[in-house]
Amino acid sequence: MMPRERPLSPHLQVYRWQITMTMSILHRATGCALAAGAFGFAWWLVAVAIGPEAYAQFTGFMRGPLGLAALFGFSFALLYHTFNGIRHLLWDVGYGYEIPKLYATGWAVAALTLVTTLALWFLGWTGDVA
Amino acid sequence: MSARAPNLRDPLACARGLGSAKAGSHHWWMQRVTSIALLLLAPWLIWIVLHLLRADHATVRATFAHPLQATLAIAFVVSMFWHVKLGLQVVIEDYVHGWMEIAAQLANSFACILGAVASLVAIGRIAFMA
Repeated sequence: MMPRERPLSPHLQVYRWQITMTMSILHRATGCALAAGAFGFAWWLVAVAIGPEAYAQFTGFMRGPLGLAALFGFSFALLYHTFNGIRHLLWDVGYGYEIPKLYATGWAVAALTLVTTLALWFLGWTGDVA
Repeated sequence: MSARAPNLRDPLACARGLGSAKAGSHHWWMQRVTSIALLLLAPWLIWIVLHLLRADHATVRATFAHPLQATLAIAFVVSMFWHVKLGLQVVIEDYVHGWMEIAAQLANSFACILGAVASLVAIGRIAFMA
């Protein structure tokens, strides 16, 4: 006989929204997205190795609307995961556990991600980079 | 963690150093090691993507064929797929259970290793057949 489904604790929906939980969920979500991005990066290298036709196929996809949307998502995810990853590494060495610092570093990561993502796309879009 | 913190382990456990976590501490540590490697390589990744954004196949191939770029690309690909494997493993442990979990963990390992090997073969072919 299957045991009756009992309510599980804690319920996510009883919590008042906090930036800390959003940052935590986003860190995992961007990590999963970047896992897909890793295979996109592998596709890039493999296409270069195979030859001009395979590379044209790759760039054809990446320069289309779907490819650009994916690239935008990956760039955002990469920057977020990188900045929030630094936050995680700081916790690992014992820095920033106080509630005010937790909130301040959270907002700093959000601001840095926004600014650097936009800056990156401005650089890429206007062309002539390095 | 100060040196004066109470230590409940016996001297032999301290000497062995691993506690009860065994492979778990290795997973945790390698996730940090690969994250720091990726942190150091992130500027290179952003640079090379921006640099090659509009380049044709021959230029991209020649860029990756340079020993410095090939070396950094290998370092990046290995750290990236290693980090992806460790991260997805934890996500699977949290949400997938029973036989599905074993299947998902195997799929994760095989996919990440294949992605890394394909990238390495591609970089090798580009670098050695330039």
